[in-house]
Amino acid sequence: MGAFLIKGVFCALTPPLKFYRFLKQLGFIGFQSTLVILLTGAFTGMVMGLQGFYTLTRFASEAFLGPMVALALIRELGPVITALMVTGRAGSAVTAEIGIMRITEQIDALELMGLNPYRYLIVPNLLAALIALPLLTAIFDVIGIFGGYVVGVKLLGVGPGTYFGEMVNYVDMEDITGGLYKSISFGVIIAWVCCYKGFYTGFGAEGVSRATTQAVVLSSVLILVWDYFMTSALF
Amino acid sequence: MITIEDIYKSFNGFEVLRGASLQVDKGEIVALIGKSGYGKSVLMKHVAGLMKPDRGRVLVDGQDISRLKSKELGQLRSRFGFLFQGGALFDSLTVFDNVAFPLREKTKLAEKEISERVLSELDQVGLTGSERKYPAEISGGMIKRAALARSLVREPEIMFFDEPTTGLDPITANNILALISSCHQRLKFTGIIVTHQIPKIFGIVEKVALLDEGRVLIAGSPDDILASDNPVVRQFLGNSIEGPQTNMD
Repeated sequence: MGAFLIKGVFCALTPPLKFYRFLKQLGFIGFQSTLVILLTGAFTGMVMGLQGFYTLTRFASEAFLGPMVALALIRELGPVITALMVTGRAGSAVTAEIGIMRITEQIDALELMGLNPYRYLIVPNLLAALIALPLLTAIFDVIGIFGGYVVGVKLLGVGPGTYFGEMVNYVDMEDITGGLYKSISFGVIIAWVCCYKGFYTGFGAEGVSRATTQAVVLSSVLILVWDYFMTSALF
Repeated sequence: MITIEDIYKSFNGFEVLRGASLQVDKGEIVALIGKSGYGKSVLMKHVAGLMKPDRGRVLVDGQDISRLKSKELGQLRSRFGFLFQGGALFDSLTVFDNVAFPLREKTKLAEKEISERVLSELDQVGLTGSERKYPAEISGGMIKRAALARSLVREPEIMFFDEPTTGLDPITANNILALISSCHQRLKFTGIIVTHQIPKIFGIVEKVALLDEGRVLIAGSPDDILASDNPVVRQFLGNSIEGPQTNMD
């Protein structure tokens, strides 16, 4: 698996780039995931608003609802939930597509045309995930903070100035860059694992089905494990 | 032109090829025949460089294909054409784009010239009018013909055909064989064809090789094969269940 990633990164750093395929995958992994990210981001922020408000009320600290929601989303929940949603929505489809291409000999056909399948199948997904994940995470964070605002300010009566004012006081640039680095690394994990599992899928429909399940499970576990190490290194 | 020397290949401990050797001369088509599961496609994929042998070697124009670096292998493969059993057309591309794909990716031809060559090739295989259809929208025979057009569009020197008529009705199968024959006469390629179309295939190939238990049991002209006294050959040509090959596994 390591050699697969190194080969993929090498191909990504050396021309030619299959630009049309890259754009197509950017649209698939990025743009087409926007709705699910908007929905999950909004409701995660709303739940954070509810839970945070009732917890902070016990300590008479509901003024800190804004920073609590923002920090939790920017540092942890945004990158992690976005990555998990993209894994489920786009990563599984990438594995299935590459896997079907493998079992129907389309990858062999590429090789026999003297073409490098990494450039057609791996690099576009790798670059697309690398760009899409931070953008989707940013959307998740913003809509989540807005969700927390709707619940905290509009429903539960926290002052709007307090919500955003305290957020500005407590959220540092380091928190934002930390979340950004996490989302970039999660993008690499998703593309790497999902492409690998598709590329080396087993035989027949059962092989593709197993590869897709393995890709989602392994990506999700790796995202959570890697998140722990990133968090301990970054914050 | 192609020399297969004593190839051994195992999968999960099961030895599929056990010392297969074969010579294919320039410009001739060799038919690889034999029981299903006896390694015909595996042997052909070794020649195409899609698999590496455990032992033995495959020489193409004197070059050991398993020792080539990926760039050299890519250059050699640009002389190859391969018709896969299922066609292996790209699902996301139309028939036209499938056939144009190798030209767009491996040549610097202008789009107009590519279009002319693709349409001409599609005309040769009788697919005029199906250019804008996707593989999922056409029949099995049309997929095979489109795949044949794609593999021939760059006028390869060496062609591989992996069971080109499997799953087709007899009329379509005959059409495909006739197409292969006419394309061979037009392009003069060297070819290996894995097939069960016996004896129809004998009319379009120069040599026939029978693969049995991982080895080439006999190789010769179609007339030599037809005149052979070998009991396995007789059983195979006679479509008989009586003979040395009785196992059903």
